[in-house]
Amino acid sequence: MNEILSIATLLKDKFGYPAILAEQVTIDGTPTFWVKSENLNKILEYLKYEVTNPYKMLYDLCGIDERKRTKREGQPVADFTVVYHLTSLERNHDIRLKVALTGAYPSLPSITGIWPSANWYECEVYDMFGITFTGHPYLRRILMPRSWKGHPLRKDHYSRATESEPFVLDDQMRQIADADLKFNPEDWGLERQSEDTDFMFLNLGPQHPGTHGLLRLVLQLDGEDIVDVVPDIGFHHRGAEKMGERQSWHTFIPYTDRIDYLGGVLNNLAYLLPVEKLAGIEIPDRAKMIRIMLCELFRIQSHLVWLGTFAQDLGQLSPVFFTFNDRERAFDIVSAITGGRMHPSWFRIGGVAHDLPDGWQKQMQDFVNYLPKRLREYEKVVIRNSIFKARTVGIGVYTTEEAIEWGITGAGLRATGYNFDYRKKRPYSGIDQFDFEIPLGKNGDCYDRALVRMEEMRQSLRIIQQCIDNMPAGLYKSDHPLAVPPRKDKTMKDIETLITHFLAVSWGPVIPAGEAMVPIEGAKGSNGYYLVSDGSTSAYRSRIRTPSFPHMQMIPLISKGYTIPDLLSILGAMDFVLADLDR
Amino acid sequence: MHELLIIAGVLLIVLNIAAGLIYVERRLLALWQDRYGPNRVGPFGLGQVIADMVKIFFKEDWIPPFSDKAVFVIAPGILVATLLLTFAVVPFAPGFNVFDSNIALLFFLGNSSLGVYSIVLGGWASNNKYSLLGAMRASAQMLTYEVFMGLSLMGVVMMADSFNLTGIVEAQRHGWFIFPQFVGFVIFLIAGIAETHRVPFDIPEAEGELVAGFHSEYSGMKFGMFFVGEYMGVTLVSCLITILFFGGWLGPAFLPPVVWFFLKTGVFICFFILLRASLPRPRYDQLMSLGWKILLPLTLINILVTGAVLIYLQ
Repeated sequence: MNEILSIATLLKDKFGYPAILAEQVTIDGTPTFWVKSENLNKILEYLKYEVTNPYKMLYDLCGIDERKRTKREGQPVADFTVVYHLTSLERNHDIRLKVALTGAYPSLPSITGIWPSANWYECEVYDMFGITFTGHPYLRRILMPRSWKGHPLRKDHYSRATESEPFVLDDQMRQIADADLKFNPEDWGLERQSEDTDFMFLNLGPQHPGTHGLLRLVLQLDGEDIVDVVPDIGFHHRGAEKMGERQSWHTFIPYTDRIDYLGGVLNNLAYLLPVEKLAGIEIPDRAKMIRIMLCELFRIQSHLVWLGTFAQDLGQLSPVFFTFNDRERAFDIVSAITGGRMHPSWFRIGGVAHDLPDGWQKQMQDFVNYLPKRLREYEKVVIRNSIFKARTVGIGVYTTEEAIEWGITGAGLRATGYNFDYRKKRPYSGIDQFDFEIPLGKNGDCYDRALVRMEEMRQSLRIIQQCIDNMPAGLYKSDHPLAVPPRKDKTMKDIETLITHFLAVSWGPVIPAGEAMVPIEGAKGSNGYYLVSDGSTSAYRSRIRTPSFPHMQMIPLISKGYTIPDLLSILGAMDFVLADLDR
Repeated sequence: MHELLIIAGVLLIVLNIAAGLIYVERRLLALWQDRYGPNRVGPFGLGQVIADMVKIFFKEDWIPPFSDKAVFVIAPGILVATLLLTFAVVPFAPGFNVFDSNIALLFFLGNSSLGVYSIVLGGWASNNKYSLLGAMRASAQMLTYEVFMGLSLMGVVMMADSFNLTGIVEAQRHGWFIFPQFVGFVIFLIAGIAETHRVPFDIPEAEGELVAGFHSEYSGMKFGMFFVGEYMGVTLVSCLITILFFGGWLGPAFLPPVVWFFLKTGVFICFFILLRASLPRPRYDQLMSLGWKILLPLTLINILVTGAVLIYLQ
């Protein structure tokens, strides 16, 4: 608490009014300051370089269209807001800076000079809101097609296809779309030749067996040596954030499953924690532990897929079948408990959808007993294989400083030897009650990333074992009126319970106005939903901060100087999901 | 008449084995990967071979408009032709070979070097960047393994005192060459995998990296020729391992020589498939440094030692 006070006091002492326009109280407790855009760079530099235990990570950067918002007492006048979310890992503390902007298409200075990782984020804000950043190296559409008209997250942009003119792809539009995909090296400041060679530009993707989906990497090659990489993303963009503004708080849950589609309920949790914070719901202990158990099971499943596909990227054909079979066993448990498989959408506001079925302990225990033997086998077949080592040791190296600079979280950060796991540092959902270790790497190369994930699976098994042994009795969903849908024993008794139930499932709950974000340790890295409520049945703004986005942005930095096969190692070791990248 | 029968027999056997290997490989891989593999068409899914062949013959044979058409068409033919030619000198049993040459081994080495032309030309003529990279890798790989492939066999030649494959088999009546020439065997095996572009040395193809490498643009039966050519290569290398190191058709008399030959060859074919089921792929510069820095010196030492021992025994 002292630190929080101190950073607020420090900032006010150093800059004061009018550089700092106002301080906003948010429900998640993150100190939030409104600053003037002309002082933004100065304040950020101060926070990044000058304070003790500085805020070195740009955790998130997003925009908000404020024009339709009604409940913003005490906040400066703004048509648009740009939000900078900084994290200090040493302090284990976050700070949020907001810049109020007025006008239809406002502009503010870019912060790419301070954080190179702001590059893609600023492009995204420009793409989604039409806000321009002066001094940005190449401001462009990043998720939407270049020929897209309008900026989707503005409140005046339609959110459903039926609200727009029918879409027709005629020849002219096709030509425009094709021309958009043409890669022009000069746009990116790339040379076509050097003194002694002509560079080859190779499209790796959007359709390519090594990219795990629709991702395009344009490689500038000298022979097979990578001179530079330009990632082209957005092929998997589905407007998840826009959907969050239209769906009710309750009906948005299934959409979150499909963000990191290997993470299943981990996404539900990242979304529901801030919702529950806004609503002020206390979760019963049993529900908390059920959530933890399912989340760790999904972490294992996600890592199993990663292991299999990583081995396949390196040319090893079999592990992917083995790990998918193991994952299938986990799915049996998931479907016994939730009825779903990859996307169970099973968590609810205030708890989970049902109580655990009879006999879940045995099924779960069988899996916990079964997997370690398999993991030992994978250790032998994949991790200790000398060719695997030759392909991963010393490849795609980055240091802890670089990782923090570029917003790398999760196993990618811990492989550099830096101990930061949101489960330990900012325990949520009662995870601090469990006994488990955080595996660390040393060298920050592809091999260490693999080692860390292998050990994470074992630690997750430990957590699940503790859940089996200590599952408390009690409610699986809170009694809070905003916990929807209400538990069955509270519904359809009389007209009052009938009405409550009906309102909860038709309009959905009304979540009190406010702002909250609770970063969690997702399977791929840190995942967080920054939710802005205007006291309505759906979110006013639902910003989804995903780990794959900053991780992918780092690809050019860590693959320069390596060869094409190494790039595949780097991509495989990174463990990204394209739906997580493009949302 | 007898000779024509043998030619027809060898052709029939080789082509059928190559086609049948598609099925064998898929079933074996499935076995090792905890799944079923093709088991729907006919008994045990055996009809899959016919179905695959029918499919591949009737697929659209697309020649990319941007390619160098003549070379593009010729390339897959070169591979199959050189491989089939090599089978002419392979003795399956005493008297069961098309052509008993006194330089059969050199003939094999020569032809296998020619085979790489098909990959380089096919990759180049496709006029596709991925194919080009594949072809480039193939030539780099060829430069590496060709050198120690030939040299690794010189120990056998010295011991048998012959380049004639029948002579080499006969020289193993009192002991297979696998024991005295174990180093030569391992090196030839590695070179043989590289020669057939199988995992772990499927570097010119490298699915996860280069899509399909040198044959990305090929379809229909032209692709089929690369595909079947690969299996013919596997069969050929397995045959040669059997002949050079495992006594060819020699074996206890309760089975006819030709059965011994195919049994031994079959084991090595399965070994090739097992490799594919288990190993990842190194980078091609790693293969090159393995070849030049470790295998080539080892081969030379093997020749020296073999020669010294032979002279000493005389």
